[in-house]
Amino acid sequence: MRWYASVIYFVLYLPIAIIVIYSFNSGRYAMDWQGFSFQWYFKAFADPFAMQSLRTSLTVGLWTAFLATIIGTLAAIGLERMRGWLRQVFDGLIYIAIMVPGVVIGIATLIAFVTVFNAVNPALAHMFGDHAPKLHMGIPTIIGAHVLFNLAVVILIVRSRLAGMDKSLIEASEDLYATPFGTFRQVVLPLLAPAVIAGFLLSFTFSFEDFIIAFFVAGPNNTLPIYIFSSIRRGITPEINAIGTVVLVVSLTLLITAQFLLRGDTRRTAGGKAAA
Amino acid sequence: MTIAAASSRRTTTALLVGPAALFFLLLLILPLIVVVIYSFGERGPAGGYAPAFTFANYADLPSRGKAFLNTLTLAPLGTLLCVVIAYPLAYFLALKVSDRWRTLLLVLVIVPFWTSQLLRIYAWLLILGHKGIPSLLALIGFGEVRLVNTPFAVLVGMVYGYLPLMVFPIYVSLEKLDRRLIEASADLGANPWRTLWQVTLPLSLPGVATGSLLVLILLMGEFIIPAFLGGGKVFFIGNALVDLFLQSRNWPLGAAVSLGLVGIMLVTIVIYMRFVIGRGSERRMALM
Repeated sequence: MRWYASVIYFVLYLPIAIIVIYSFNSGRYAMDWQGFSFQWYFKAFADPFAMQSLRTSLTVGLWTAFLATIIGTLAAIGLERMRGWLRQVFDGLIYIAIMVPGVVIGIATLIAFVTVFNAVNPALAHMFGDHAPKLHMGIPTIIGAHVLFNLAVVILIVRSRLAGMDKSLIEASEDLYATPFGTFRQVVLPLLAPAVIAGFLLSFTFSFEDFIIAFFVAGPNNTLPIYIFSSIRRGITPEINAIGTVVLVVSLTLLITAQFLLRGDTRRTAGGKAAA
Repeated sequence: MTIAAASSRRTTTALLVGPAALFFLLLLILPLIVVVIYSFGERGPAGGYAPAFTFANYADLPSRGKAFLNTLTLAPLGTLLCVVIAYPLAYFLALKVSDRWRTLLLVLVIVPFWTSQLLRIYAWLLILGHKGIPSLLALIGFGEVRLVNTPFAVLVGMVYGYLPLMVFPIYVSLEKLDRRLIEASADLGANPWRTLWQVTLPLSLPGVATGSLLVLILLMGEFIIPAFLGGGKVFFIGNALVDLFLQSRNWPLGAAVSLGLVGIMLVTIVIYMRFVIGRGSERRMALM
């Protein structure tokens, strides 16, 4: 049994180890070890296309995380107050957003954006003449599509935290004459904080790592995963390994932080329940 | 509560849920409706969409039959392999590991799943490529072995990519299983294999069912794994869709294909809910 588990763990980490090890290769072929060097890291950071796509990914990731967290947290709190068929419809939408594969989300949002742009652009041209602003695919369309699927994730995380929350704290706050907003700011929000922060970090990471949805709605822009995808298609150099290692380190740090927050979260609610 | 208070409460709720509802409406419901409309349209002269009402796109689905066939054979096969490989690991983690190590080992299973799929599959391209395993095989006397661009490579990628997602549900169902049942079975003279076959395995079926549903659904929508490891030879519905939308620009046919994919997924989920997960919980009831 132990042997079996060891083999599986080895296989799970082998690909990641290979990416990291060969990022320090001084040769120019991915699987041909020539000696240790940092040169591909310098090359990657000097590559204007890679850096441009990194900037795009960071912009998209931060906006996505920001919007998805705020809208998702508000919706989770609102859903908690809702009853009946409307709430069931909403639950259904959340599961659809999670279950529908990325390819289909990408296609559907692409078609929707194009349809809207084709309708709006002639009207804009008519109104403003030659210097009319023209709507097109770009960073905002990627953010829109990313917010959609991360919204569902944030709602689920915050809602599970809300469900585990001690309702008597809210009642106590109301009994002590706090206004509803005061209760929200001083009781609900601090209790929700770990879930909200975890939701932010997860949304950022999912957005930062998403390839397939961005591939459809990015227009002429490259996000980092799109850049990596086309580089692998063109031919492999250790520069991709260097970029990949940086991405791995960044996303693992964020994810472990998020997991840590959510775990502390369950432990505290469990402790609260045991005390009660 | 007074009427005024109730209506102001309702307004607050609407304000809280409103933005999310708007997002779902504009970027999920409307787009999916537009996809349905497109699927009855015609390809525009320069690609894209031209309004029409025709069933030609649905009649034309067999032209992408290979993609459907590959998806519908390799995704279930990959799911099955995931179950077979994940079960012993989940069993080990749930029943054989000391509490001290369990958390760490569980985290280690999930960590690769959280890292970029693009990069992990790229790494398999290196491992299975001619400088990887085939060159090792050549050292021990096998001649030219080609692994990349085969169904085998795609299966390896699928099992690797989704194994963690299978381990967790099985682990959860094994972990909450009543250990006294295993002891009782041993006390009644059953050997370990018989206990596994007649007690542990049936009790953990709900976990197996949940895990396989998750993995199967995700595998059917896969794009990156067949794109890298299958080359142009082993492609899925996802790859056909990317081609239809971004290269050959036949959007109406693409819309029909994507609805076909969603339809197959829905049918899979319904069948699973009705027969597999439903029956599993009945059996658990019977045992209790």
